[in-house]
Amino acid sequence: MRQRIIAALGIAGLAATGLVACGDDSGSGSGSGGGEKITIGIKYDQPGIGLKEGTNYTGMDVDVAKYVAKELGYSEDNITFKESPSAQRETLLANGQVKMIFASYSITDARKEKVSFAGPYLTAGQDLLVKADNTDITGPDALNGKKLCSVTGSTSAQKVKDKFAKTVQLQEYDGYSKCVEALGAGAVDALTTDNTILAGYASQAANQGKFKVVGKTFSTERYGVGLKKGDTETCTKVNDALKKMVDSGEWQKAFDKNLGPSGLKLDAATNPPKTFDACA
Amino acid sequence: MDVISEFFSEYDGLAAFRTTIYLTLLSAVLALLIGTVVAVMRVSPVRVLQLIGTAYVNIVRNTPLTLVIVFCNLGLFLQLGVSLANKDSNTFINDNNFRLAVLGLSVYHASFVAEAIRSGVNTVPLGQAEAARAIGLPFLKTLRYVVLPQAFRGAITPLGNVLIALTKNSTVASVIGVTEASAVMKVMIENRPDVLFVVFGIFAIGFVILTLPVGMLFTSMSKRLAVKR
Repeated sequence: MRQRIIAALGIAGLAATGLVACGDDSGSGSGSGGGEKITIGIKYDQPGIGLKEGTNYTGMDVDVAKYVAKELGYSEDNITFKESPSAQRETLLANGQVKMIFASYSITDARKEKVSFAGPYLTAGQDLLVKADNTDITGPDALNGKKLCSVTGSTSAQKVKDKFAKTVQLQEYDGYSKCVEALGAGAVDALTTDNTILAGYASQAANQGKFKVVGKTFSTERYGVGLKKGDTETCTKVNDALKKMVDSGEWQKAFDKNLGPSGLKLDAATNPPKTFDACA
Repeated sequence: MDVISEFFSEYDGLAAFRTTIYLTLLSAVLALLIGTVVAVMRVSPVRVLQLIGTAYVNIVRNTPLTLVIVFCNLGLFLQLGVSLANKDSNTFINDNNFRLAVLGLSVYHASFVAEAIRSGVNTVPLGQAEAARAIGLPFLKTLRYVVLPQAFRGAITPLGNVLIALTKNSTVASVIGVTEASAVMKVMIENRPDVLFVVFGIFAIGFVILTLPVGMLFTSMSKRLAVKR
């Protein structure tokens, strides 16, 4: 009996330390000293945008995040990246678990109610990914009677159905990689989301030459840097850093490195960004 | 609180919960059938059947449900070409995913049903089966007329637990694109992050409305139908 009690106490103790460890896992406060640490939220599963491979992080979002963090005074080894899935982004910022979010985070009015945005640092648009030999899908209005894949909870597929092709069939999965799998197997005809994400998948080593991005965007997604609501101080600094990144040519370099190989063409009028939203 | 009216109008939350109910009921019936067969195999006197039943329960029960459901879609449908709906129909994807989800849910929960029924069988005193044998009933008739009717009445509480778990587990079907309650919740969270907790609240209440009466019904049934010994 005594052994059991000791075991139970031990487990309770472990659980408690676990909780404490989680509690410590917060973004650093304001200020930009030499040894200060910063926690930044990114996506872990979007090749070309934000991808975790082992202990390495790659992608456009990651490179922009590193540049901005450097301008804010955080050296690269003081950055901790944290996964921020779409549904958790507002909460992670609100309770301070991350200080900034670079995660293909489109600026919308509903989101502005909860968080503040700096940027935009990139303007993407919704597009379609099809098999490389496909010729009949030229845009969203050619999808009637076809099968279209997207991710549960994303509004992109619904938009196609409502605005462009009433008789399209929607397949939703919990991740884009399953959509790519289904597209490869021929179970769906196209995959829709932002052209940046599609380009990332198309240029992955395993998919090279199998898919192509149609290249006819039908929405405007302005990727912003998510910040805690009302954090105008950081917002101004981030915008200055982004401006510097564009002016110095580092932005173009990051783009060429991460999304260039896929042949993705962004709207030249808005990329690289020339103006940034006012911080509020 | 306009988000509540949006739930009913724009997102058709009631239709989503209807899908949840259909998923649950169809899977419950199928799981009860498969589970009963598996339980009978486990208590049968034939060694091979016992082994098959035990293997089924241990393999299926210890596989994560998400894996089972994803396998139904990516494995059965995409790789092996098994489809459960008319390929030319213009609702093929929805029908096929729904049926694959029912298949996955019932196969998974059948293992829990089987164990619940087996626990019910264990509540039947050995003397009952011996008496049935003594009057000359063969194994299947012993089960059919003597053991199983008492076993089901003894297994009502655990079966109710399985049904409640099944109701909530049906949300996993959203990973292959069945638009049940949790899939609609994800869409609402994507569009209205400003009212995150209200959205959570609506769906939490929805599930409580589904599961609480089931729990109460099964509790009262277990009292009324218990075998008086």
